[in-house]
Amino acid sequence: MQRRACALAIVATGFMADPASAYMAYVSNEKDNTMTVVDTATMQVVKTVNVGQRPRGITISHDGKHIYLCASDDDSIEVIDTASLEIVDTLPSGPDPELFVLSPDGKTLYVANEDDNLVTVIDIEGKKVLAEIPVGVEPEGMGVSPDGKTMVNTSETTNMAHFIDTSTHEITDNVLVDARPRFVEFTPDGKQAWVSAEIGGTVSVIDNQTREVVQKITFEVAGLRPESIQPVGVRITADGKKAYVALGPANRVAMVNTQTYEVEKYVLVGQRVWQLAFTPDQKTIISTNGVSNDITFIDVATDEPVQSVTVGALPWGVVVSPK
Amino acid sequence: MRDSTFLGLNTDFRSVAVPASTHGTKADRRSPLSGFEKICGSAKLIMGTLTLRRSDNNRTLAQERVILSMASAVPGTLAAFLCFFSLTVNVPGALAQEATGKQQTATAKPEKKVTEIKIGYLRAYAPQLALSVLDVPPRDEGVAGGNVAIADNNTTGSFLGQKFSLDVTEVKPDAEVVPAFQDMIAKGNRFVVADLSARQLLSIVDLARDNGVLIFNAGATDDSLREEECRASIFHTIPTRSMLADGLAQYLIWKQWRRWVLIYGSHERDQLFAEALRRAATRFGGEIVGEKLFEDTGTARRTDSGVVQIQRQMPVFTQDLPEHDVLLVADESEVFGTYVPFRTWTPRPVAGTAGLTPLAWHPASEQWGGTQIQNRFAKASGRRMVSKDMAAWTAVRILGEAATRTQGADPRKMADFIRSDDFSIAAFKGQKLTFRKWNQQLRQPIFLGDTRSVVSTSPQEGFLHQLSELDTLGVDEPETKCVLK
Repeated sequence: MQRRACALAIVATGFMADPASAYMAYVSNEKDNTMTVVDTATMQVVKTVNVGQRPRGITISHDGKHIYLCASDDDSIEVIDTASLEIVDTLPSGPDPELFVLSPDGKTLYVANEDDNLVTVIDIEGKKVLAEIPVGVEPEGMGVSPDGKTMVNTSETTNMAHFIDTSTHEITDNVLVDARPRFVEFTPDGKQAWVSAEIGGTVSVIDNQTREVVQKITFEVAGLRPESIQPVGVRITADGKKAYVALGPANRVAMVNTQTYEVEKYVLVGQRVWQLAFTPDQKTIISTNGVSNDITFIDVATDEPVQSVTVGALPWGVVVSPK
Repeated sequence: MRDSTFLGLNTDFRSVAVPASTHGTKADRRSPLSGFEKICGSAKLIMGTLTLRRSDNNRTLAQERVILSMASAVPGTLAAFLCFFSLTVNVPGALAQEATGKQQTATAKPEKKVTEIKIGYLRAYAPQLALSVLDVPPRDEGVAGGNVAIADNNTTGSFLGQKFSLDVTEVKPDAEVVPAFQDMIAKGNRFVVADLSARQLLSIVDLARDNGVLIFNAGATDDSLREEECRASIFHTIPTRSMLADGLAQYLIWKQWRRWVLIYGSHERDQLFAEALRRAATRFGGEIVGEKLFEDTGTARRTDSGVVQIQRQMPVFTQDLPEHDVLLVADESEVFGTYVPFRTWTPRPVAGTAGLTPLAWHPASEQWGGTQIQNRFAKASGRRMVSKDMAAWTAVRILGEAATRTQGADPRKMADFIRSDDFSIAAFKGQKLTFRKWNQQLRQPIFLGDTRSVVSTSPQEGFLHQLSELDTLGVDEPETKCVLK
């Protein structure tokens, strides 16, 4: 552990912060009920905000003014003002919200309610529930296509990706994936949905037209037992060329070439890495490392870890402010 | 909302199962469910009254307490059955109605009939006493886990046109089980979850083999069933005594508490667990520096002034043990184990069947998504989930997974899938679980906990294995005596 921290520190000294990339990263800390605010240019913690109980899923409005945060044990979604860093509102979420996705028009939140086998559709402005969609057992991963027409939910015990028409709130297709699907990410062209399977150890690439698995990506790290490779968070670059997959207790983020589906690099980060977020300039991707209580900045150009920053206890999710 | 409408369900794999447009308001959609709740609630009430009347005779106070504690579990089980029955009838019915609506509007997709997958559950049951009333096994131990898995399978099944049901039969612990098993086969069950003794299991294995029935052992921890008496017709979802003992031993070694003394009971199962602990000591570098047998002289489990005597007796009983780090207890029979912690001559931690205990599942485990299954289980059964519930849940989920992956209900295809390299199951234990090919035992981490919380999970860091660290627990392939037949 210590050896790696040193290695990271050495790398960090050679890194020059780009003053143009002054964004804020917001990290939900599941264990200590806080949200850490980190300046992505200085890579310093700016503030720690007390939030509701068991904060997990986190996202931000397109104008950057509001953070939406799943306070799972409070059965609500908190709205945090990014200027004052105060909780200004709560949204109805249904029980035990864990992860959600914001519609491309910024008006609707699609929330996975783990305990109730439901996806809840929330109108942000009207603060009301528009629909509840019954899905498989333990819904978790949520993704929405760039055109906003298709929403995908994964259910962790049913092991399916449920494709839902956002105009009718109907499930149109159920695609079987590997065990414990955790996360959905659409490619920027909307042609594919990438679904990670934590226990299955794979990422399934689903064609959004045929709704069939066209590729299954597997991971292998020398010296690591296969069971420790547990894919969770997935992020794809805006140019659609690279996909980053957080590998949980494998303590690494895999960089996958989206054309060849080959893993081109494993980036060593902190312990139990779950979620990822790009900075808006796409120069950096940030990972949340739960067990080591830190986040790691990865340089997207070189795929090298740049620096790890200690945040709160058990960091879960991360989102970065838009420009 | 009738069963007949269920058959019309459009079950194409990729088709819509639950169109939201026909749902109406939240209240409308929830109304059948609140109906079940009413049914279940009244069933509980009725059963409650019945059991109270039953205990209305000349029993002693102690007996009465036991009966009442049993009774409190009884209505739960029956209500759960009723609820489950209503669910299987009503929910798919509702889905079917909605799906019928969908069929009229959507482009026609090929129709498939709903396939039913019947799972038998054969258990040996008699009310058991325990040293602590808190340790009296729940009336529906195991079965409740099976039922939760059936509900989980049916949620998934609603997307695939599969309907699962659990058919529970109880026999006495030392009874002949062949007739009950024959009945299950006659009723068309090709998969049977068993919570039986080793002897009972062995009496039905040939029958299972000859009829193409797969048995899932969710109750017997005997190593012999995976070793010299192993059979191709049995899969084991409950860990063995050696897996449990190894899980505990690894932790004690990790703590560097290496000197152990062992107190074991006089019944066969106590001695089997003692043997597993001795094996674990040799395997991982612990040293059993002293042993003592605690003879069961047939005393009552609980008496009014018992604690006074125990407080004086247990220190004396443990006084002559050599210097040690940990006192191990092997008392599956509930004769003395609970009385050991805090009453020993020297202040030492206790582990084994008392104190720090190795388990297939802990009622307080919330790691690895455990919160979800715990919440689901508590909501369905009104109590916390224990090891046997998890073993039964896993067995039924394995069958659900097999039906999903083979996209059908063909018992042979399902069995082939379970035996194949593609098989794995997620069971809230932090990694995928697979079967040991050589004896069909499910590999799994072992929880170590006290009565309140999980202390650790084995395998411990540093116990390495060339294939799977889970194979550091229990008898490994090179040492197995099993020849599957």
